[in-house]
Amino acid sequence: MPEKLKFSIDGREGLADQGMTIYEAAKANGVYIPVLCHYEGLKPVGSCRICSVLVNGRWMASCTQPLSEGMVIENNTPQVIEYRRAIIEMLFSEGNHFCPACEKSGNCELQALAYRYSIMVPRFPYQFPQRQIEAYPGFLLEHNRCVQCQRCVRAIQTEDGRKIFAMKNRSKDVRVNVDPKLAAKLSPDQIQKAMDICPVGAILKKEVGFIRPIGQRKYDRQPIGSEIEGKK
Amino acid sequence: MSSKPVIATASLAGCFGCHMSFLDIDERLLELIELVEFDKSPIDDLKHFTRPVDIGLIEGGCCNAENVEVLRSFRKNCRILISLGECAVMGGLPAMRNTISLKDCLEEAYLNSPTVAPEDRVIPNDEDLPLILDRVYPCHEIVKIDYFLPGCPPSADLIWEALTALVQNRPMKLDYQLIKYD
Repeated sequence: MPEKLKFSIDGREGLADQGMTIYEAAKANGVYIPVLCHYEGLKPVGSCRICSVLVNGRWMASCTQPLSEGMVIENNTPQVIEYRRAIIEMLFSEGNHFCPACEKSGNCELQALAYRYSIMVPRFPYQFPQRQIEAYPGFLLEHNRCVQCQRCVRAIQTEDGRKIFAMKNRSKDVRVNVDPKLAAKLSPDQIQKAMDICPVGAILKKEVGFIRPIGQRKYDRQPIGSEIEGKK
Repeated sequence: MSSKPVIATASLAGCFGCHMSFLDIDERLLELIELVEFDKSPIDDLKHFTRPVDIGLIEGGCCNAENVEVLRSFRKNCRILISLGECAVMGGLPAMRNTISLKDCLEEAYLNSPTVAPEDRVIPNDEDLPLILDRVYPCHEIVKIDYFLPGCPPSADLIWEALTALVQNRPMKLDYQLIKYD
């Protein structure tokens, strides 16, 4: 059996397998580090930076950074929390996030993170960008809410391994793009998977909107991350 | 003269849902009128400020010139000003028009809508009507706002907690289930 790595996070000692990322090591020790672009089982890309932690005074994306022996990690410190809040607030002001009219409300990871960090209003001015809604057989692609996490790009493929979602453009114009022919062949299960994997309400399966009543949705009662924190 | 804190409220580009949620504090209303007095508000139907106000609650964002005027008069007359609900905080559903040009909005509503009779096809332009703004503005983009209570509507418990904390001069205790955006 390979030797375990020792580390500490917010002053708490932990042990983790070699080859784990900081995020995985923290999770294995019952410590929640918030993620938005990362998803269990997908190759991490480190694009959203919500999972940033401080190691030796340096910012690191914990979903991509491998753990090394003796790391001293700052996760729930005022500085790190303030940095994360700023990222969440930026995402809220960058897109058009009308929570009261969104089918994903209550099950949305971006919203859940804002709840977890008690964000009452973003510090940045709302941009109200002009974006499109695309309709495909079986699902909608709502660009107003997309945070360009690329989870759908990585997770959803046809049986022969072809991608349905891809990124186009660069910088502030970057968008998720859909192959319409392949998208038309998605099974209802695959569409459900795409909707579930989307952290926000950008991919919506048709005909199932508002299916869970308020009070029974994923983040109505418990903050995001409490399932990890409750384990150890 | 009493020395109770004075409250004023207004609904700008909102749906009065936040005021309804305010009334949802139910029997605590009786407790509230022991704690505070109301000035300009739809609740007591006072149309103008009659004295300096301690806490102003604003529902809705600003979609026309009248909203801006009312909001500025609230800022002038209230010591503490609170954005109440999604529309005040971020523009809310009225702000969905912000991604469409004003010209397109007016033409869709008054000229091209299938429910407008041909003889009624005119864009309202009477000097007695408040001028519509180019887009819907969150309140804090017009005046300084001191506190933000999100929610559509904010729950009665959140409004109660915020008001009583301010009146009793103690920190607000905002439990997880009180902060919701829908």
